[in-house]
Amino acid sequence: MRWLNNLRYDLRKNPVLLLMALPVILYVIVFCYLPMSGIVLAFKQFDYAQGIFGSPWCGFKNFRFFFISGQAAVVMRNTVLYNIAFIIVNNIVEITVAIFISEIGGRWFKKITQGAMFLPTFISWVVVSAFVYNIFSYDFGAFNHLLRSMGGEPVDIYSQSTLWIFIIIFLNSWKHVGYGSVVYLAAIMGIDAEIYESATLDGAGELQKIRYITLPCLKPTVVILVIMGIGNIFRGDFDLFYQMVGTNSLLFNTTDVIDTFVFRSLLFSQEYGMSAAVGLFQSVLCFGFLTATNWIIRKVDPENSLY
Amino acid sequence: MIYSRGRKVFVAVAGAAVTIVALLCIFPFWMVVAGSLTPENEIYVHGYSLWPQSVSTEAYKLAFEDPGKIIRSYLVTVGVTGAGTAVSLFIVSMCGYVLQRPDFKSRNFLTMFVFFTVLFNGGLVPWYILMTNYLHLKDNYLALILPMMVNVFYLIIMKNFMRSIPGALIESAKIDGAGEFYIFLRIVLPLAKPALASIGMFIALNYWNDWRNGMLFMQDETMYPLQYYLYRLLSSLDFLKSAAASTIDLGDQVFPSESFKLAMTVVATGPIILLYPFVQKYFVKGITIGAVKG
Repeated sequence: MRWLNNLRYDLRKNPVLLLMALPVILYVIVFCYLPMSGIVLAFKQFDYAQGIFGSPWCGFKNFRFFFISGQAAVVMRNTVLYNIAFIIVNNIVEITVAIFISEIGGRWFKKITQGAMFLPTFISWVVVSAFVYNIFSYDFGAFNHLLRSMGGEPVDIYSQSTLWIFIIIFLNSWKHVGYGSVVYLAAIMGIDAEIYESATLDGAGELQKIRYITLPCLKPTVVILVIMGIGNIFRGDFDLFYQMVGTNSLLFNTTDVIDTFVFRSLLFSQEYGMSAAVGLFQSVLCFGFLTATNWIIRKVDPENSLY
Repeated sequence: MIYSRGRKVFVAVAGAAVTIVALLCIFPFWMVVAGSLTPENEIYVHGYSLWPQSVSTEAYKLAFEDPGKIIRSYLVTVGVTGAGTAVSLFIVSMCGYVLQRPDFKSRNFLTMFVFFTVLFNGGLVPWYILMTNYLHLKDNYLALILPMMVNVFYLIIMKNFMRSIPGALIESAKIDGAGEFYIFLRIVLPLAKPALASIGMFIALNYWNDWRNGMLFMQDETMYPLQYYLYRLLSSLDFLKSAAASTIDLGDQVFPSESFKLAMTVVATGPIILLYPFVQKYFVKGITIGAVKG
């Protein structure tokens, strides 16, 4: 019990320091560790009057319900596939933009374009959903307006579940391009300028320099970001999916992720036991993936491992 | 410097691509502003467009005739953001500082203790029950503040930043007889200003843009934070109508719901966008401080 001895030592020697760390420690105990005991709820038939611990046990019934209903496969598939798509598309877009910005001149041009790209980072997904409505609404949306004016038939996009795969992937990339490109831009700025100069002297073209200098130098950053993305592959971006899709069940087949599913089961159908079971299932998967990916990062690049 | 032809072509292509991406990023903002200024009957006939044929401020008049409700939710959000950011920044920087002090022996254990919550958590449901059944925080502003008070990633970034503060400085202050808390307030905090500014911005943005906690915990409409208020406006026509001035007599005119929705979006988003040029640099700095780990 070395940690206990250490705590005792600090209690004696550094009581003020311990006190200074206490607010965060207490917070974590109350809001993170205490709810962990609520995991038992996943194995119970929740009865509001009897509370979490008084409710009767029901074994794996909550889990069985989730899996047999067929929803498990759908939401898990969606969560994982969207995250994979996000990782691939976002990284490609962000790296491309970062390389382009680093290559073009003009301080003001850089400032203004970067400022514009950062704008989506600042707004909430609620505002983005207003944007989407403005463009894709069946009756008034600019997209259908354009289709009509070209003599085409308007499309009810809010009932086309396949289209939303692309809309969501696009919007996610749209929202993160400013942020992500800054991360890569910082990495590019860290590359020694002399390497480029000597490459130019040796007659390397622009694309060759990108291919043989920039991209290899970015590789560590990409690897870390991708591995971290994989660690979170079972965690859906709740804000994004809920604001884009909400309770439009026409789209659930292609857009429902674990997080939105749990949220709806909790808030609208009050299925405490089942949503707790799904939440626990997700937490265990996340734990497994994060631990595994962190183990890999520690092998590849110990500097960047999470712990 | 003389550029080769290949370089010129490349710069032109890169410039064009970056311009297109930048335009795509501001395009929806423009669309919403244009839509909010379009007369309702034009929207009904032609839909929203990039360039409305005529301009009308009717929707804004409706919004500002009786602005009590939106001002109310602005106040809620400003209050929650201010209080939340201040408290969060204070306790997180204090803890981050302690967790990197070399003479604090429990630092590794406590860091792991806090960090474990990133790897594993109980999920939404037990946390929700804790908030509502045990702490009774429904319709309580604390329910908007507490959930985002401690972000472990910001704690780690803060801790790493604090490491750059020379230990000799702290040692000498100690020899002069300063207490630990005094040292933190008077020496460490001023030196950590860049990190405080950047991380503070991120915390504030998270509070400002939060609507989920409003949806989970707020039933009283007068306590809705701004983003949740906007969400309700956009998703429910009845709520939208109730938000408009009750004093305006529309006669047999239809309620201008389409332009009003967008006008409210502009009213709810405008101020933060105006603030944006002044705070952007802190975000860029923040991303670089956190580098990959953020």
